[in-house]
Amino acid sequence: MEHAIPENKTTETISGAEAVVRSLLEEGANLAYGYPGGAIMPIYDELYKYQDQLNHVLTRHEQGAIHAAQGFARVSGKVGVCLATSGPGATNLVTGIADAQIDSTPLVCITGQVASHLLGTDAFQETDVISISAPVTKWNVQVTKAEEIPAAIAKAFYIAKSGRPGPVLIDITKDAQLGQLEYNYEKCTGVRSYEPIPKTSEEAVKAAAELINSAKKPFVIFGQGVILGQAEAAFKAFVEKSGAPAAWTVLGLSALPTDHPLNVGMVGMHGHYGPNKLTNECDVLIAVGMRFDDRVTGSLHTYAKQAKVVHFEIDPAEVDKNVKANVAVLGDCKTSLEMLLPYIDTNNHDAWHNEFKKYHEEELKVIEPQLKPTKEGLTMGEVINQVNKETNGNAVVVSDVGQHQMFTVRYANFTMTRSNVTSGGLGTMGFALPAAIGAKMGAPEREVVAFIGDGGYQMTCQELGTILQTGAAVKIVVLNNEFLGMVRQWQQLFFDKRYASTTMINPDFIKLAEAYDIKAAKVVKREDLAAAVKEMIASKESYFLEVMIEKEDNVFPMVPTGACVSEVRLS
Amino acid sequence: MEEQVFTISVYTENNPGLLNRIATIFLKRHINIESLNVSRSEIENVHRFTIVARMTETNVKKLVGQIEKQIEVIKAYYHTDDEIIFHETALYKMASNLLFEQREIQNVIKNSSANIVTVHPDFFVIEKTGRRKDTEALHDQLAPYGIMQFVRSGRISISKTEMKISEKLKNF
Repeated sequence: MEHAIPENKTTETISGAEAVVRSLLEEGANLAYGYPGGAIMPIYDELYKYQDQLNHVLTRHEQGAIHAAQGFARVSGKVGVCLATSGPGATNLVTGIADAQIDSTPLVCITGQVASHLLGTDAFQETDVISISAPVTKWNVQVTKAEEIPAAIAKAFYIAKSGRPGPVLIDITKDAQLGQLEYNYEKCTGVRSYEPIPKTSEEAVKAAAELINSAKKPFVIFGQGVILGQAEAAFKAFVEKSGAPAAWTVLGLSALPTDHPLNVGMVGMHGHYGPNKLTNECDVLIAVGMRFDDRVTGSLHTYAKQAKVVHFEIDPAEVDKNVKANVAVLGDCKTSLEMLLPYIDTNNHDAWHNEFKKYHEEELKVIEPQLKPTKEGLTMGEVINQVNKETNGNAVVVSDVGQHQMFTVRYANFTMTRSNVTSGGLGTMGFALPAAIGAKMGAPEREVVAFIGDGGYQMTCQELGTILQTGAAVKIVVLNNEFLGMVRQWQQLFFDKRYASTTMINPDFIKLAEAYDIKAAKVVKREDLAAAVKEMIASKESYFLEVMIEKEDNVFPMVPTGACVSEVRLS
Repeated sequence: MEEQVFTISVYTENNPGLLNRIATIFLKRHINIESLNVSRSEIENVHRFTIVARMTETNVKKLVGQIEKQIEVIKAYYHTDDEIIFHETALYKMASNLLFEQREIQNVIKNSSANIVTVHPDFFVIEKTGRRKDTEALHDQLAPYGIMQFVRSGRISISKTEMKISEKLKNF
């Protein structure tokens, strides 16, 4: 689209590199994570000049930069920005891009590229990042002319944050950075081939309400769509009026406070017993902003076959993708739920709620042994619960991937939305430490606690250097069982305890933290836990706490891969 | 549900990266593209992909959803063979001496409603447009004479019903 320059606006001649920085500032991005290199040096030169307006955080690896940008975006609701050079710089972003794509996190990634006359010559640090990132970006573009930069960045921000959010990548050749342009910034307000939010149909809303009102056993499953759509209040009003029990997916966690009476827990592979069992007994399943991931559904052939399904969804491609909807309500779920509310009958479904209480054996068999263990070894659950006590559930909780992640989402308490940051869809080990740094910068006034396993921690622990350099006051809890615990658990259950490559000989994590000038403590005995957690949370600075955990503890309940959700096992 | 042939028509902006993105959607689901054609469409600056692939209707619906999700895809449709008018074009390069030494080849060409598009001293080129079975039948008839080169285009198709792209673009 051609935009006429309004008469009162004058243009000025600047470099493409300066246009990148100015465009970021126009979009309100005053924080970026990245790592310099040859093909992006002109942009870094401008970042130097604009450092009082745009804070660039130097991470220790490009993967750290993008996970930090993700953590920032997840807690702040803003677009995360990261920068990397061409070649290895760009390819090091790929894991984070894929992670952001599958978890719908808005990111703008800017990569430098070799000069346009060198494209296709296998030049030094040339990589076809457009092709590499195409399947894992919402949109990407290569810019080879300086004058195309402002419009590309405007479009990138618009696409990243609108509709179902996602990562976009702009690859800018070095000559485009060095070239001159007549700079004039116009925000992007639309792309003709792209409808970010499908219009919510009144008929669909009415049909949904009719089904929900007719239900004797309605069951709500909510996902991150509630958070991304800023629909928390509308969602709470809906569940309270309908009286339907509501369970969350891993990414939906924190959209409804943990202690809300209608919050019945988590669904899925390591979800709670009742919600999984009753998925296959409800009569109307109401899915809000979730996509029926295989970790949620288990076997689709036996998933909620008895139920009528109402699906509130912003992305038309998700409707009927895994589970067929009887009524699909397209649109942003805040709008849809607000339209729905007046049609919903007030109900309390007491008898149905009592059904959930029948599955109380999880409390005795699983939860109590985690939170009040009688065995000598410490459990992950009791550590997380100790943190709950100190933070009153007000912290942003970041988790990595594996057993500790499942313990974290199961046992951490939340009072506020946008407080659970984890790599859900991609399951990226190494996510948590850099994501926690970004989360702290996205919510500086909040406590940020990262729970990380000893395996994942060592995938990105170089980012302790970023903490050292920025002073980001994150609290790091390494739950150390000297195993790649989740894989070990599967080896125990499904591979006759053949622990192939899952035992870990670990370094002295305390020395490692101290090498980066981070206060550190280690807990080996239960009696030291409470004081150590208290000291960690009281610290105004970053803090590292290592807790030695019972080595062969398992996460339960568990729906084995490919099993039916109602086959959830407690041991 | 049974697998069948679907013709997928995708209207897009002109962006060189889109071919890659669309191909990836097939690749990711292990669906073989049987033919692919890219051309301009009836609307200025709007391109049209015509893709033929075999799958179930459930899967083609999901696939089209994923294609439409691409930012620069304006709209995608899928059709069964009886919902469209479609053609492929095949070219056959033959030795010129056949025209004089093997007179019956002239009848083969005439009976198949094929055209001779060019004649050189050494070779001539036959063009045949039609359904797959027609170009295939001609191939089989010419094969005994020795085909020097053979090529067939991707399917191009026109839907019998309206696709209303202009309307969608106007509404933007």
